[in-house]
Amino acid sequence: MDIPYIVDERPDTGLTNVKLGIWLFLASEVMLFGALFSSYVLLRLMAPEWPVGSEVLNVPMGTFNTAVLIGSSVTMVFAYASLQMDDLAGFKKFMGATIGLSLLFMVVKGFEYTHEFQIGNFPWTNTYLAIYFTMTGLHALHIIGGVIVNTYFLGPGSKMWATNKTQFTNRIEAAGLYWHFVDLVWIFLFPVLYLL
Amino acid sequence: MSENVQHHIAIYKKVAATLAVLTLLTVAVSYIDFAVPLAITVALLIAATKGSLVLSFFMHLLEEKKSVPLSRKGIGLIIGSLIITALFFLVIIFVPVMGHADKVGDYFAVPNANAPTVETPAAH
Repeated sequence: MDIPYIVDERPDTGLTNVKLGIWLFLASEVMLFGALFSSYVLLRLMAPEWPVGSEVLNVPMGTFNTAVLIGSSVTMVFAYASLQMDDLAGFKKFMGATIGLSLLFMVVKGFEYTHEFQIGNFPWTNTYLAIYFTMTGLHALHIIGGVIVNTYFLGPGSKMWATNKTQFTNRIEAAGLYWHFVDLVWIFLFPVLYLL
Repeated sequence: MSENVQHHIAIYKKVAATLAVLTLLTVAVSYIDFAVPLAITVALLIAATKGSLVLSFFMHLLEEKKSVPLSRKGIGLIIGSLIITALFFLVIIFVPVMGHADKVGDYFAVPNANAPTVETPAAH
């Protein structure tokens, strides 16, 4: 049985089920990350002392990664816009750039984690590092998930373009919404963990 | 259709440039020696500005208002569910703050099982 209303809008909601579904999923993600931000506030308020993030972490690396992730969001909207202009080659170019930037983000994050481990900063070292590794680790898992989905759409998933352009464009819109959310979370994680 | 997309692309470029500037601004501001509450306020204000740009333009939330079918007046399902989410988000963020600020009544220290035991003289 096919899932209804994934190509055309459902008359009573005015939305495709794809779009409503991804937004409801993102709402649940807000609560997932919200609980962790709330834990951060609680831990910090109750802590007798709290390190300044910029004295523990590498701010230039964090800034670079912020720019990389925002860049990947920009290439993602361009990938979606390319499909709207009936340009599959443009889509592949921008989607490839999005995946490349996502992987670059992970590489930089990997260097940061390795450096922390080398100088003996582990999740169990103190409360600040515990919440740092928990939040950035969960965020990194979201990046990995996005890379897997986006790679599928760049490769085998793009065959759908030949059979159903609208459905494929809707899929990329949903993947884009998820990707922008991952970017959005980082926009808050970066100042909270690195700068304050 | 295509003209509409071209218009969007022009907006995406402007938003991208603004986000880049705001990122540099966040880092620059963090080097200014503000008092901690002010530093937190400034950093979160910039982050909120960036976040709302991503939501409004990259995630097309500004256009979602139109997603309500004309036959039914009201808020679209996306905006509606996001408003409810935002309310609950505010609640979970402010629960620890309110708990911390609560100074009403007598203060009870919770016994800490890990605290070193105080030597009590043996009663004879």
